[in-house]
Amino acid sequence: MSFLLSCPHCGPRPVDEFRFQGEVTRRPGADASLRELTDYVYFRDNVAGVQREWWYHRTGCKVWFVAERDTRTNEVLRTEIPSPAGAAAPR
Amino acid sequence: MRLRSQPGERIDRSHPIQFTYAGKELTGFAGDTVGSALFAAGRRVFSRSFKYHRPRGLLCCSGRCPNCMMTVDGVPNVRVCVEPLRPGVDVRDQNVLGSADRDLLGVVDKVGGPFTPVGFYYRTMIRPRRAWPLYEKVLRNLAGLGRVADARNGHGRFDTVHRRVDVLVIGGGPAGRAAAAAVDGDVLLVDDRVGHDAPYDVLAPATALGIYEGGLVPVAAGNVLYRIRAGRIVVATGALEQLLLFSGNDLVGVMLPDGVRRMVDEWAVKPGDRAVLVGEGAVGVKLQLARAGVEIAAASLRPESLSAHGRRGRLTSVLLDGEGVDCDLLVVSGGLQPAYSLLAQAGARIEYEPRRGIFVPTELPDGVAVVGAAAGGIDQTPVAAVLDGRGDKCFVCICEDVTTKDVKRALAEGFDSIELAKRYTTVTMGPCQGKLCQLAATRLLARETDTDESAIGTTTARPPWTPVELGLLAGRHHEPAKRTPLHSRHETLGAEMIWTGQWRRAFQYGDPAAEVRAVHDSLGLIDVSTLGKVLVEGPGAPALLDRLYPNRFSDLKPGRIRYGVVTSDGGRIMDDGTVARLGDELFYVTTTSTGSEGVVEWFEWWNAIWGYDAEIVNVTGALAAMNLAGPRAREALAPLTGADLANESFRYLDAKEIAVAGVPCLALRIGFVGELGYELHCPATDAGVVWDALVAAGATPFGLEAQRVLRLEKGHVIVGQDTDSESNLLSARMQWTIKDDKPDFVGKGAVPHLQVRERLVGFTADVLPPEGAQVVREGRIAGRVTSARVSERVGRVIGLAWVEPEIAEEGATIAIRVDGAMRDAAVTLAAFYDPEGTLLRS
Repeated sequence: MSFLLSCPHCGPRPVDEFRFQGEVTRRPGADASLRELTDYVYFRDNVAGVQREWWYHRTGCKVWFVAERDTRTNEVLRTEIPSPAGAAAPR
Repeated sequence: MRLRSQPGERIDRSHPIQFTYAGKELTGFAGDTVGSALFAAGRRVFSRSFKYHRPRGLLCCSGRCPNCMMTVDGVPNVRVCVEPLRPGVDVRDQNVLGSADRDLLGVVDKVGGPFTPVGFYYRTMIRPRRAWPLYEKVLRNLAGLGRVADARNGHGRFDTVHRRVDVLVIGGGPAGRAAAAAVDGDVLLVDDRVGHDAPYDVLAPATALGIYEGGLVPVAAGNVLYRIRAGRIVVATGALEQLLLFSGNDLVGVMLPDGVRRMVDEWAVKPGDRAVLVGEGAVGVKLQLARAGVEIAAASLRPESLSAHGRRGRLTSVLLDGEGVDCDLLVVSGGLQPAYSLLAQAGARIEYEPRRGIFVPTELPDGVAVVGAAAGGIDQTPVAAVLDGRGDKCFVCICEDVTTKDVKRALAEGFDSIELAKRYTTVTMGPCQGKLCQLAATRLLARETDTDESAIGTTTARPPWTPVELGLLAGRHHEPAKRTPLHSRHETLGAEMIWTGQWRRAFQYGDPAAEVRAVHDSLGLIDVSTLGKVLVEGPGAPALLDRLYPNRFSDLKPGRIRYGVVTSDGGRIMDDGTVARLGDELFYVTTTSTGSEGVVEWFEWWNAIWGYDAEIVNVTGALAAMNLAGPRAREALAPLTGADLANESFRYLDAKEIAVAGVPCLALRIGFVGELGYELHCPATDAGVVWDALVAAGATPFGLEAQRVLRLEKGHVIVGQDTDSESNLLSARMQWTIKDDKPDFVGKGAVPHLQVRERLVGFTADVLPPEGAQVVREGRIAGRVTSARVSERVGRVIGLAWVEPEIAEEGATIAIRVDGAMRDAAVTLAAFYDPEGTLLRS
C-alpha cells in the first residue's frame, strides 16, 4: 500500500497520510429492522472493482472526502468533497 | 601480496589502513574493500556455508553472493567484498565453531549428508514432542547467519529521508548514465557502486530495494533509508553473471569473471597462480590474468563435462572433458541474466527467451522503463543446465546449500513447480535472493521434468532486492510521548510516571492511599490535561450535538454541564465525557484521554455527511486542566478568585469562566472522584501558575491510581477499561442517557434492538481479584471483573464486573475465581460511596 491519493485540498499525497473509513454506505432510517441495521453496521460489499469510500486527510488538512478507487489496482479515479445530505433525518 | 601498479586501480598505496581480523593486525590501502584487503593479506576462506559448513571464498566480488559474509564491528552478515575498508575495523568470522579455516561444524559436511537431506527439518526431530524445546535450542544455535548485533555496539542511528523526483534512474552503468544525461529536468541516479561526477544528481553507494505502487522506491544508503517517490523510473540494473552447475562448484578458488576483473583491475591483487577458464564470459578475463602473471592451464568455451576437486575445501584440480588439470583458480561463467527483479516487482512480465537462454522483462507497467543489459541487451548462447562430471556436491544454490540432488529429490516427492520446489528446498530464498540460482534452478527443473524453461517460469520477485538491516526498515527509534504542561511539576514531586496511550501521566506520588485520604478528608489536586477538549461552535451546534449523542444538548442552558456517551450506529459505547454549554452557539466538549482525536474525527465525519453549520475545533493541546477536589475545595479556591463560589450561585454541573490566581479559567463543577470539586481548564502556558497556587493553598497532588480508587467508589465507569467494543448503553446501565424521542441520533436505529447478554454491576468482596478475573456460575464462566481495588473508605474490596443478567440483582452473590479458588462477592447496583451524591452537591 503505497499509492497516491489526491486530496481535494492538497493534491496527490502518499496514502499513509490518510485515514480510511471504508465504503460509503446507505444509512437506514431509525425504524430499520434488525436485518437492515445489521447489514448496514456489519456488512460491506467488498467489491473487486471501483468502490466509493471515505477518506480523511489526518496528517494534512483534515478534510473528509470521498474517493472512487479500483480495489484491484488501487487506481484512484476521482476524489471529491461530497455535498452534505443536509440536516434532515433519514427517511 | 600486491601486483605492481595496475591501470586505473582504486587503491591508494600512499594511504595504508590498519584493521584487525580475528584479533590479528592487518594492513590494507585506502580504496580497498575489507574483502580485497583480507585477500591481499593471504586470506582465502572467508566464511562457512549455511548448512554444511563448507569453506567458501570470494566468488562474485560484487556484493551479490553470500560467500564473504562476515561480522564487521559487531554487525553480522556484512558482505566484505563491497564493504569499504575503514581504519580500525574489527573483522570476525561468523557461524563457526572455531574459525572459518577450522570449523568444527564442518563435520556436518562429512557425515551429515545422508542424515540431512532436503526438507529433513520437516520430518525429523518432531518426536518425541516434549523434546522439541531441546531440539529447537540446538538447531537455533546451528542455523541462521551470524548473531544479531548488540544495540550498544555502535550501529549508529538509522534515519529515513523522503524525496520526490521526476525521473529516478536505478543503476550507474553506461546505460543508466546515458539515460540520466538524456533527461531534461529533475533526475536522480542511484548507483550501488562508487558515485561519479555528473550534471545530474547521484546517490551512491546506494541500493534500490524494490519498486512499490505509486512509484515508491526505497533506497538503502548506509544508515539512511531514502523513500523516493518518482514520476518515472528507469531501471538500468544490468545483468548478473551466473554460476555453472558442476560438482565442486562451491570450492574456494572458483570465481566469476567479474570478480577476477575487479580483483586485478581495482585492487591489484593476484587471484591465483594457475587458472582454468570455462565458459564464454570467462575467456574475457585472459587479459587481466596475463597482466597479473597468472598461468592459464586450460580454457574451454563449451565443455561437455566438468568437475572441480579440492583439499579442505580449496580447489586443487579440475576434470575438464575427462582431462585432469591442476589449478588453484577456476573462472567460470554461466552467461549473463538480466537483473529483472525490480521490474517484476513493478508488475512487468518476465518471459524466457530460448535463443539466448535468459529471462527478459516484457510488458512494462506505466511509468517504468528499462535500458541496457537489464532490458535483455545481451549477446550470448545458452549454456547446459548441468555439466556432469565425477564428484559429489553440485550446488544450485550456494546461499542455502541446495544441491542438484536436493532439487531432484524434491521433484521425486512431487514438488514439481518452481514455487513448490522453492518452498521445499529453499532454493532462491537465501541472501542472494535468486541472483545466482534462479536461472540455474529453472534450467535444472526444465531438464529434469523434460519440459522447457518457459513452462517452468520464475519464482515471484519480492523486495528487498538485496539483504538490508532491520534497523534501516524500522528507522530511528521513536517513542512519541505527549507531556502535559504540568509534567515538570510531577517530576519535581518525584511522581511515578506511566503511559496512558501516548500520554505520560503521574501514577502516584509515593503513597496512593494517602492521596485518596487527602481527597476524602481535605483537598486533592490532579492534572487532567490529558482529557480531550473540543469546541463545537455555530448556529448548527446544538442540533449537531443532539444528533451525535444519544442525550439531548439543545435544551441545556448556557452555563450548565451534562454527561454524554458517544455511541456507534450499532449502539456500542465509544467514548464519554462532559458537554458544557458556554453560549447559545458554543459548547465545550471533553472526551477520554485517549479518545480525543478519534472523537473529533468521528464528529467531523458525521458533519461531512450532514453539513450542520458548526465548527469542530480540537483544543486539547492548547488547554491544561486540573481537578481540585475534596471537602475544602471551596474554601481553598475562594481566596484565589474573585468569583462567587457559594453553592447557590455556582451549583453542581455549572460551568463558569473565573480567574484563578490571575489566570482565566473555565471552571466546571463536576466530580469524577465523588467529592466537591472544580475542574479548572486554562491556557497551557499558565497551568503552572494555577497549579502552584492551589498546592500553596493546601491541595495534595494525587495521581492516576488514587483517582481510579476514588472513581470506583462512585461506580464511575472508565470507557475502554470497564466497557469494550460490545458494550451498549442498556448493558452498561446507562439507558438514562438515551433520549429516544429525538428524530435521529447516531445509534438510534440500534436502540430497539439492543440486547443485554451481560450487565455491568458493582460488587464488594473480601479478596482482591485481578482485573480480568472470571465470574463463575454453575461451573461455567458467567462474566469477568473489569476493575477492582481495596477501598479504605468502604472497608472492603470494591469493583465492577460484567455478569449474566440473571445475577445482576442488588445483593445477589456471585463467585469470582481468584488464584484458582472461588470467592464470594455481593452485587451492588448503587455507588459504594455517597450514593445520593450529596457531597458533589454540597
